[in-house]
Amino acid sequence: MSAIAIGFARIGFELRGYFRRPDTVFFTFLFPLLMLGIFGAAFSSLGEVGAKPDGTGGVSMAAYYLPGLVAAGVFLSGVQNLAIDIAQEKHDGTLKRLGGTALPPASYFIGKIGLTLVTAILQAALTIAFGVAVFGIALPSDPGAWATFAWLFLLGIATMSLLGIALSALPRSGRSATAVVLPIVLVLQFISGVYLQFTMLPGWLQSIAGIFPLKWLAQGMRAVFLPEHFASAEPSGAWDLGLVALALGAWLAVGLAATLITFRWTKRS
Amino acid sequence: MRRTGTPGHDLPAVAVHGLGKQYGGRAILDGVDLEIGRGETYALLGPNGAGKSTTIEILEGFRTSGAGTVEVLGHDPAKAGRAWRSRIGIVPQTTAEFGPYTPQELLAHHRRFAPNPRGVDEVLDLVGLTAQARIRAPKLSGGQQRRLDVALGIIGGPELVFLDEPTTGFDPEARRQFWSMLEGLTATGTTILLTTHYLDEAERLADRVGVLSGGRIVAEAPPAELGGIEQRTPIVRWREDGRVLERRTERPGELIARLVAAADGEPDGLEVIRPSLEDVYLGLIGAFRTGDAEEAEDAEDPAGSAAPIGTASQEAGA
Repeated sequence: MSAIAIGFARIGFELRGYFRRPDTVFFTFLFPLLMLGIFGAAFSSLGEVGAKPDGTGGVSMAAYYLPGLVAAGVFLSGVQNLAIDIAQEKHDGTLKRLGGTALPPASYFIGKIGLTLVTAILQAALTIAFGVAVFGIALPSDPGAWATFAWLFLLGIATMSLLGIALSALPRSGRSATAVVLPIVLVLQFISGVYLQFTMLPGWLQSIAGIFPLKWLAQGMRAVFLPEHFASAEPSGAWDLGLVALALGAWLAVGLAATLITFRWTKRS
Repeated sequence: MRRTGTPGHDLPAVAVHGLGKQYGGRAILDGVDLEIGRGETYALLGPNGAGKSTTIEILEGFRTSGAGTVEVLGHDPAKAGRAWRSRIGIVPQTTAEFGPYTPQELLAHHRRFAPNPRGVDEVLDLVGLTAQARIRAPKLSGGQQRRLDVALGIIGGPELVFLDEPTTGFDPEARRQFWSMLEGLTATGTTILLTTHYLDEAERLADRVGVLSGGRIVAEAPPAELGGIEQRTPIVRWREDGRVLERRTERPGELIARLVAAADGEPDGLEVIRPSLEDVYLGLIGAFRTGDAEEAEDAEDPAGSAAPIGTASQEAGA
């Protein structure tokens, strides 16, 4: 079989394993949906936010949280899940076993990125459907917004997957993988406008967040899901989709380079 | 069937010459020479830290060699590619995690990697996991997981299988089942390189055994001939005037008859010992571990039967 055909077989194999692990299903797959449920319910009494001076155009807090949580889902599926998953596979002998077979490394990566893509699509669809069904969130009707969503989502998956693979080199043992990866992931979500409104943060923290890709992905998702006039609430007063693409593209290159440099089936000596 | 027409079929499966490997300035391997023929089962013996796993990992392409030449199925493992990988099977010393999959699923998936794999049912049957085919691997017993390791090592239809201490931790019955399984594998023409701490295992399975000690192969022979035929000569041991005496002889009965006549009755503490492979092995590594180079020379020399070899003579000297 070709490397690509084996890669597709690996996507199916990885998916089966993913949904058989309750911890990944809970902490990665269902997490944005749960957070949307909690935030949406907790702040439902606040009513609408972001209304224009004439009182129209406001959205519920649930609708305000949706784009950030969709971005967080891509981030969790890519960075958190792959970093922990691959670090564990490296230390529990799985990678060594695969490295001893004729499995092409490319097929392994097709499997991991395919896993991320499929689970992230299901996750986003589920989270959005939950928001619509439970909180009555209105989705954009403009095809242009959905086109933006499509490229943001795919670029986000590619970038976050590669960063997750690169980050898997960090934990020194399989047991420490979660302890190493979770704080990084959690802190970035807090400073990147997922749980807290980005403009509420002090300028220096915004600058730090601006170095990392999640802030840009969340900003892009706000451009998709929030009404146009919300752009004025962004730090620069605009959605800056060009900068979003640039930042994600730069991190894609960083992730690819780091993956190529650090990835090993097993330690060679 | 799948092994006919392979290029270089008449070449040895493994050919190693002068293999060296150093860690932190210490020589772990110091000139290992090893040749394993097609279809042969070779057992590599040696104490912990002798370099068995290092040797195997170099042959598997997981480690680089420091010196010498290494050819496995006609290729240098450090540079060999995917096609070569599909011709070897690896059963590592420690069982890796299998993930939340059943043996059936794991085998069906792994067989896609190789061009000429074995059938899933055939392999399940060979390793005795047919009844557990649909049970998730983490729920299998330790012995069953080890058999799953072997199943994954052979599903690709390899010509050569590396088994690194496959039965460590097995109960005696499981070990015997495992041996039958390996004999089934050998019957299909597969070459096997085995490391083990169990001498009975080597004796039962191996066509030849090699003893790795001090970074070199210090003895190599079919199990029944290791250390030289002389090493298997029965030992007659008895006590005389408070001292333990012993003598190697092909005719222990005759010697005992003379002892009886001389003692005018039953000799004190009379024993006839037929050295086992284990005795010979312990003598070999004992000589190499504690002894100087001269002792080592003696042990390698089949004529050196006068040298203190075997636990029997060590005990006698104590």
